[in-house]
Amino acid sequence: MTPPRPPTRAGATPLRLRVLVLSLLTVAALYFLLPVYWLAVSATKSSGDLFGTFGLWFADPRPLERLGDLLRFDNHVFLRWSLNSLLYAGGGALAATLLSAAAGYALAKFPFPGRETVFNVVLAGVLLPHTVLALPLYLLFSEIGLVNTYWAVLLPSVVSPFGVYLCRIYATAAVPDSLLEAARIDGAGEARIFRTLGLRMMAPALVTVFLFQFVHIWNSFFLPLVMLSDSDLYPIQLGLTTWQGYADRQPELYQYTVGGAFLSVLPLMLLIGALQRYWRAGLTEGSVKN
Amino acid sequence: MAPPNARGPRRTGRTGHTGHADYTGRTGLTRRTGLTHRTGLTHRTGLTHRTGRARHTRSAAGFLLPFGALFLLTFVAPIAYALYESLLKPTRSGPLGLGGTGTAFAGLDNYAHALDDGLFLTGFGRVLLFAVVQIPLMLLLATALALLLDSASARWVGFFRTAYFLPYGVPGVIASILWGFLYVPGISPLVELARGVGADVDFLSQSTVLWSIANIVTWQFTGYNMLVLIAQLKSVPGELYEAARIDGASAWQTARHIKLALIRPALVLTTVFSIIGTIQLFAEPMVLKPLAPAIDSGYTPNLHAYHQAFKSNNQHAAAAEAVLIALVACVLSFGFLRLVGSQRERDR
Repeated sequence: MTPPRPPTRAGATPLRLRVLVLSLLTVAALYFLLPVYWLAVSATKSSGDLFGTFGLWFADPRPLERLGDLLRFDNHVFLRWSLNSLLYAGGGALAATLLSAAAGYALAKFPFPGRETVFNVVLAGVLLPHTVLALPLYLLFSEIGLVNTYWAVLLPSVVSPFGVYLCRIYATAAVPDSLLEAARIDGAGEARIFRTLGLRMMAPALVTVFLFQFVHIWNSFFLPLVMLSDSDLYPIQLGLTTWQGYADRQPELYQYTVGGAFLSVLPLMLLIGALQRYWRAGLTEGSVKN
Repeated sequence: MAPPNARGPRRTGRTGHTGHADYTGRTGLTRRTGLTHRTGLTHRTGLTHRTGRARHTRSAAGFLLPFGALFLLTFVAPIAYALYESLLKPTRSGPLGLGGTGTAFAGLDNYAHALDDGLFLTGFGRVLLFAVVQIPLMLLLATALALLLDSASARWVGFFRTAYFLPYGVPGVIASILWGFLYVPGISPLVELARGVGADVDFLSQSTVLWSIANIVTWQFTGYNMLVLIAQLKSVPGELYEAARIDGASAWQTARHIKLALIRPALVLTTVFSIIGTIQLFAEPMVLKPLAPAIDSGYTPNLHAYHQAFKSNNQHAAAAEAVLIALVACVLSFGFLRLVGSQRERDR
């Protein structure tokens, strides 16, 4: 006998059941958190200690010293990669959000011939495997000389069919036609109506689109791998794989790879923990309403 | 009525009134908004639906243009270019092929070669096996966790939910590097602990490495899929559960008969996205490759295509393989949707 969301949960169910549920949830939490814990512990170790000491406990932890070593290594290349990642993910996600908002708004609020066809083409884009696009994109970009530039990664990153899909669904529901009408009567132009009314009313969806796209770009590997050969343009992920690849010849790279991995994971985890509300909002839109 | 706004005079003349005429005429919005005086505008300006619609189309085009142009550049053009490239082959002219290179029409030769390439086909077989095993396991785990967290017996729901979702924030490459360390003997506490109890495990052998990759993918995406399912569960009105409770359904029965049926659409969606993700499997085997000799250059179709393009410098073959991978992803995801659709028809 379990009511769905009772005000007082304790007492409603037998203790035995609650203990069972709690232990299952704890075992699962161990599985998901243990590797992260290992990473945090290992980020404080030297390469020697990584191999020589037990992985799940500290050995001579000097986090600040390790951090300094990591940042200074190879002319602060890790800082450069971090800034690149921030540029790709931040700039790309911001532009993608604005483009998606405009396109979704147009598809939601302007009846025009061929609207559903356009929408279906965008939807097909959602289902297309992204890495499959990267290879042809590389061939195309090398024809027009875009390969190995910031643009090679940024341009494909600002296109988010999923964002357009989400924005359309959200704008249909959240931006009332009557309000747009009233603004038109007042003599406001379409661009201004979009800027002052549309964008504001779509704000929650826009946060979700930004988050998804940010993580998508931050996590992408195949695209920068095929597009970039100059290591000064690398995002963190790509840089760390090159370190990992050389580590057996240059053992201190083990330490830097682990430390770099930990540092690169930190901001995204905070983002995910803090903004869960928006993740769930986006997932509901994405799954329920189609 | 509606004097030109001083702050936006130019646009007012262009779109303001006519857009309105179209809306009142077609959607009957005036009734809802109560601004009946606006209908007078239609008569006064004498504008027809046609011009209103044309202006709508023009405005829509303006908003769609930036996205549309880049969508054409980064989605449509590469597909078209890949199709074109896949139909060509390199040629050499002059004695001994030293007179320079060119391209010639090859028909479907590149596709025939790809489909004749044992390594490429084995890779496909491998990711299909992976999909058949890993996707159901991951979604089963995600469903179980979602139902447990949604059950009234759960405590500290917020903490557990965040803990499960956290690995989604770890990029595939980092997750692979991380688990790679947890798989390699000498550095891995897991191998050490297993040795401690007398078990000799090798996560990176010929027979185990595929499942070690499956573990990385499961670790990363279970929480994400769980969140999709929870979102769907939360969208269900509470009265439904209340009704079930009054009818005397147990927690187990509610979960089994009501909740499972309700999250079905979300399960379909997550399955389709998982299929698409699995077909593209790349980062994990690429990162584990230096650690596991069992991973060859054709371990997954994407890895094979990558090698064709960058190691063998055969971009025509790579283009054909990219097209084939997209095609398989398409067939599998639509096939699955058809399957689910026809099953639902039968259920009715």
